[in-house]
Amino acid sequence: MSTAVAFLGTRRTLRVVERNTRSYLRMWPAFLTGFLEPVFYLFSIGIGVGALVGRLPGPNGPVDYDQFVAPAMMAAAAMNGCVFDTTFNFFFKYKYAKTYDGMLATPLGVDDVVRGELTWALLRSMIHSAVFLATMWAMGLTPSGWGVLALPAAALIGFGFAGAGLGLTTYMRSWFDFDYVQLAIIPLFLFSATFFPLAQYPDALGWLVRLSPLYQGVAIERALVLGDPSPVLLAHGAYLVAMGWVGQRVAGRRLGRMLQP
Amino acid sequence: MSDAPVRAAGPGWASWSDALPLLRVTEREARVWGRYWHTSVLTGVLMPLLFLGAMGVGLGGLVDDNQGTVQGVRYLAFVAPGILAATALQSASGDSLWPVMAGIKWVRTFHAAAATPLSPGQVYGGYVTWIGIRLCLNAALFVAVAALLGGVPSPWGVLAVPAAALGGLAFAAPLVAYSAGQDSDLSFPIIMRVAVMPMFLFSGTFFPVDQLPDWLEPLARVTPLWHAVELCRGATTGSSSLAGALGHTAFLVAVVAVGCAWGVRTFRRRLAS
Amino acid sequence: MPASTPRTGRRSAPAPDTAPDDAPLIQAKALTKRFGSYVAVDGVDFAVRRGEVFGFLGPNGAGKTTTMRMIACVSPVTDGELRVLGMNPASDGPAIRSRLGVVPQEDNLDAEMTVWDNLLIYGRYFGLPVSVIRERAAELLAFARLDDRRDSRVDPLSGGMKRRLTIARSLINRPELVLLDEPTTGLDPQARHALWERLYRLKREGVTLVLTTHYMDEAEQLCDRLVIMDEGRIVAEGSPRQLIDRHSTREVVELRFAQPEQQDAALPLLGGTGDRVEPVADRVLIYTAHGDDTAAHVAAQGVHPDSVLVRRSSLEDVFLLLTGRSLDE
Ligand SMILES: Nc1ncnc2c1ncn2[C@@H]1O[C@H](COP(=O)(O)OP(=O)(O)OP(=O)(O)O)[C@@H](O)[C@H]1O
Ligand SMILES: [Mg+2]
Repeated sequence: MSTAVAFLGTRRTLRVVERNTRSYLRMWPAFLTGFLEPVFYLFSIGIGVGALVGRLPGPNGPVDYDQFVAPAMMAAAAMNGCVFDTTFNFFFKYKYAKTYDGMLATPLGVDDVVRGELTWALLRSMIHSAVFLATMWAMGLTPSGWGVLALPAAALIGFGFAGAGLGLTTYMRSWFDFDYVQLAIIPLFLFSATFFPLAQYPDALGWLVRLSPLYQGVAIERALVLGDPSPVLLAHGAYLVAMGWVGQRVAGRRLGRMLQP
Repeated sequence: MSDAPVRAAGPGWASWSDALPLLRVTEREARVWGRYWHTSVLTGVLMPLLFLGAMGVGLGGLVDDNQGTVQGVRYLAFVAPGILAATALQSASGDSLWPVMAGIKWVRTFHAAAATPLSPGQVYGGYVTWIGIRLCLNAALFVAVAALLGGVPSPWGVLAVPAAALGGLAFAAPLVAYSAGQDSDLSFPIIMRVAVMPMFLFSGTFFPVDQLPDWLEPLARVTPLWHAVELCRGATTGSSSLAGALGHTAFLVAVVAVGCAWGVRTFRRRLAS
Repeated sequence: MPASTPRTGRRSAPAPDTAPDDAPLIQAKALTKRFGSYVAVDGVDFAVRRGEVFGFLGPNGAGKTTTMRMIACVSPVTDGELRVLGMNPASDGPAIRSRLGVVPQEDNLDAEMTVWDNLLIYGRYFGLPVSVIRERAAELLAFARLDDRRDSRVDPLSGGMKRRLTIARSLINRPELVLLDEPTTGLDPQARHALWERLYRLKREGVTLVLTTHYMDEAEQLCDRLVIMDEGRIVAEGSPRQLIDRHSTREVVELRFAQPEQQDAALPLLGGTGDRVEPVADRVLIYTAHGDDTAAHVAAQGVHPDSVLVRRSSLEDVFLLLTGRSLDE
């Protein structure tokens, strides 16, 4: 039961979500354009460079390069959708805006705050993923019926990265530390078998890639979208859930110590 | 000044900035950078190299297997100048948005400079000069590494360093002017996503613009980034004609000039009104 | 002069473009500033003499900061005439600014840099050699009592420390004229008095100071002469003493009542007791030449307030009189 509460949140959790929704409604242009990045990459690399790459081997015969890249961009969309809110925004709120000090003066507790932020980030990530999946479908990039599971899979990615983001952000000291967020996201984005298959990497690097969190998401999305499900996907999913779980526990503990010392 | 300033003892960086007063603002940026350079190296140098590794080497392997060359060179050599120019654009826009808002509004450091003998135009010029210096440093490092990886077949490639910096400035000069005129940073993420990001991806960076749909191609050809990419690519592959290179340079210089005129006006309005 | 005192005074030999010693350092005639159609400063005349401390007082929005910014040559004059250090701000901005020290109403320090870097960077804006800045910065840090914070970042400093640093920074070019826009806002009483002390020292060294403030005691303490501004106009000018003599009575009787109803009931009875009767939120002020006589008169009228205080008129009384709501009635 407590697991379910942690995943779905309590009613108090929803208060936090509600607050964020309100504050975002005022910044809707920034919110809307957030969808664009993975779509642009799909067009530029998937289709533009794809014309130079030709076809790649897939699970059920060769696939066009855009079909190879699209599910990876879906995973990236799920990641991007929650990174900003759980790092920059989270840091700004607890360090400068004192948003949580205000919340904690009400019946809300630290766990509500963390779960609320997690739920909110997950929600945003799901919206990004859903829009992206719809784009893929419109472009004829969803060949298999298994593709309907791509959205729930994106939720796992969102949960994993949102939890990890919250947890790691509590270790940030100043804005300058956020360059490390960039420095983590960009290699993940470029080197998680997103734009070229594992076979392209030297063996040692290949193993490193297999450990990357985004790779778990890419592997799941690609298998589902291309119609090649297998039990291995459960292991990838478990990795993401564990990452999110640990991250949000760390965030709760450390935030509690910071806000209510 | 009523007391004649004592001349600096030796040739330090203090004395070069006496030649042109606007360099005093550049000097301030350099000193701030001197304190925080490690983070800017992360984004300014490492990020382009990561792109080069992923696109040039990783993805490049697939392209080479499929069709051998793009415009007569291996994909690594094709994409390296593209990434050079495109990441120059990206880092220039980073320097032209939030830090400018901080100088004008949040921390008001530009106001502090304008309270001294410096004029608003000099504050603008000094800041943009600093962006140009940073761009040159980043580009030089990138070209060196790309050359080691075999991405710069022609010795003319050294000219890609000033070319990339010029391309970055063609974006920074007007963008600094724009940011200085804003009252909030609400539009900044949107600029990054609907202007910088599409330019980054579609201005001939990763694939030739003639592959774009017919209605989009002319649009790509008027972006400053396309001219910068062409200029850099002409240099690193040694394939440029003199006339072509001059044409692209003239276009970029013209954009910088317009940006500067706009910038001086905006800074005057914001710092002395 | 003790060794630690910074030599912040002006040089003995003025530069050739400086006005003669008896000419005003700042001269404004019908000085006007409009923002669009809004008139922020409405044709003011004033002159600041060399070596004096000159104050601008006035309620929020009176136009003090706008006037200071015009003097600092960072805001073009719309109309009228302004000469600063004998020069024209429109054409000689850089030359004037190189001899000014400016403390803006809002601090604009380099937040991510250290205390010392801030002095260095600002000094470099004036083109001072680093060796000279190093020497002066050490003196100024002592002056601002920030020597032990030399290498800490500015961001985490307290508001008062930042203010002191801004003031120290404004002196890095050894200005002849220092403009201080609300220099002590946000300072604790001790820091305020310490700053007054330092401003006196600058004055003794021959530096001319122009300041704005909302603290009447500060104006009374510091200013040789001051003007009171309201809605862009100057409504009074003179030394603190002259202003009190001219615009207020010698003494003031303050009556406090336990209940507002009692105050309302007493008001009609107080009519003839003094030169002016001024009800404010929680008390009644009676302006009069002889406070004790007036207090006796009040008692004779059968008014028995909770407390009766007889005091001398202050600048605050002048300020309320000239800018308060009662003036409009
Ligand atoms: N840049 C500007 N654009 C438009 N109006 C302005 C500008 N600067 C000042 N004003 C207006 O001019 C008037 C005078 O402002 P100013 O800042 O000079 O007042 P002040 O006397 O310094 O007040 P305070 O005591 O609150 O600092 C105000 O009504 C203000 O809104
Ligand atoms: Mg003011």
